Amino acid sequence: MGLLYGLIAVGLALIFGLMDVVNFAHGEFLMLAMYVTFFLFTFFAIDPLLSAPLAAAALFVLGAVVYLVIVRFAMRAKANVGMVQIFATFGLAIVMRGLAQLFFTADYRSVPNSWLGGKTVSVAGIFLPQPQLFGALVAIAAFGGLYLFINRTDFGRALEATREDPGAVALVGIDKNRVFALGWGLGAALVGLAGAIMASFFYIYPDVGASFALIAYVTVALGGFGSVFGAFAGGIIVGLVEATTALVLPPSLKSVGIYAVYLLVVFVRPRGLFGSM
Amino acid sequence: MDKSFTERRRRELLVAASLTVVAALVPLFIKNPNVQNIMILTLMFGALSQSWNILSGYCGQISLGHALYFGLGAYTTTLLFTKFGVPPWFGMLAGGAISALIAMALGYPCFRLGGHYFAIATIVIAEIGLLLIQNWEWAGAALGIEMPVRGDSWLKFQFARSKLPYFYFALALACIAWFVTWLLEDSKWGYWWRAVKDNPDAAQSLGVVVFDSKMGAAAVSAFLVAIGGSFYAMYVSYIDPGSVMGFQFSLLMALPAVLGGIGTLWGPLLGAIILIPLTELTRSYIGGSGRGVDLIVYGTLIVVIALARPEGLIGLFSRRKGATR
Repeated sequence: MGLLYGLIAVGLALIFGLMDVVNFAHGEFLMLAMYVTFFLFTFFAIDPLLSAPLAAAALFVLGAVVYLVIVRFAMRAKANVGMVQIFATFGLAIVMRGLAQLFFTADYRSVPNSWLGGKTVSVAGIFLPQPQLFGALVAIAAFGGLYLFINRTDFGRALEATREDPGAVALVGIDKNRVFALGWGLGAALVGLAGAIMASFFYIYPDVGASFALIAYVTVALGGFGSVFGAFAGGIIVGLVEATTALVLPPSLKSVGIYAVYLLVVFVRPRGLFGSM
Repeated sequence: MDKSFTERRRRELLVAASLTVVAALVPLFIKNPNVQNIMILTLMFGALSQSWNILSGYCGQISLGHALYFGLGAYTTTLLFTKFGVPPWFGMLAGGAISALIAMALGYPCFRLGGHYFAIATIVIAEIGLLLIQNWEWAGAALGIEMPVRGDSWLKFQFARSKLPYFYFALALACIAWFVTWLLEDSKWGYWWRAVKDNPDAAQSLGVVVFDSKMGAAAVSAFLVAIGGSFYAMYVSYIDPGSVMGFQFSLLMALPAVLGGIGTLWGPLLGAIILIPLTELTRSYIGGSGRGVDLIVYGTLIVVIALARPEGLIGLFSRRKGATR
């Protein structure tokens, strides 16, 4: 379960953690990806496993468009940029929820009988649900890929340089908007993957994103801004803490443990575990 | 320079006084309860946003967890009244005092955090409060708690037949929040806060006690928001954790100030006057279908205003004033 939070958080780690742009519509991106998967399954009988790349592609486009249409202007604001970003993306989140209610209705949907859903695999006598296991593998792959991408490719360096000083990168011929639009697309595509995998074992409804988004924020901040590895570690810690809390406290309080650990960590280390910003 | 400054301060006070008188007369002519309800909510959100603005606007510590103090005010008042029969007036002060104390206790570790880490900490703390109340059987848990109706009375602040007393209380609330901001704006504290917001390190080196000023702002802000929460509990006479303490509410409280003009004296009220009627009208005219159209309209509105007027709608006024001068 921890890696699943990690998987949701990895896209946010890129957008929020590395590009330092607040995205309050992250949960709604996830919700949309789940619906994409649901409809592909219902109408074309495409299993969530196969539609994951399609959901990722769809979200890539959405992310890039959202950046070009909204976020680009929110970042240009002269006064209180942070608040403008918060509320521009918060407004977007509300619109997306409204659209989901309008077109998909508020009914709870689910993807029944997918290849992975409801099956378990036995590892050394411990039964693990397949979808979660698969999600964990994808999460590890996604984090590894993102880590290499950011640290080993020109694009990754361009992204970090653009955050540091957009004016200077323009001088060396990097188009800020292109880099950030691609970054947003990529971040959204990663959420797309998460959504497709989660659709096979979670109910899908317009407000589904909200609860996951908050935990994704905590995960990224716990690991520290600017660190891909931090977000990965954050995801694992969040999962472990949640499982431990569930043993001690009633299930409805299981998130309290996660929040408490976040507070403890930042009180001791104000930049998160591995943060550089 | 100095003289024109005092003059401007005095003029602001005059404008506020005349606006109050006008506002006080309005409900005598407009008797439609729906309209009165909107006016009450507008004043309440204006007051809440003004209080939020003290910590987040003037002092620059963006709190996205102020629903905690709103909920504390609402719950303290309701629980004291229903369980112990304490009149809401005392519950209100108790709620304010508790909130201010908790704000300082939380501020002690939190104010060392910067930027996003601070904002996320405020969200997380409010969320812990929400979860605890949701699981607290004695306080009604997730279902919430209802104020028993015991007949019209000023002592118990209950009026079944008329909304007027609520209206005047909300108006008083908005006036108090505005006046406190007005007073603080030109006080030692007000200058400290702005210095802390602009450059905490420089402020510190010039002898501003950064930590104490943040604590002061947090206490004043939380106290006023809690009073608003008490009022809300008495007005709707039913509260549940999700609606008074949810994360959504923290954002709704900040929204008028951001749209009107963050860190300005008139911004929060202006924002509330524009935003709340629009919210209520879209909800009642196109929200009935339950199909989300009201959310689409409302969300689009927020995006458009945030992008078009990042410094707040108050900017429209000051520019016009500058042009005529």
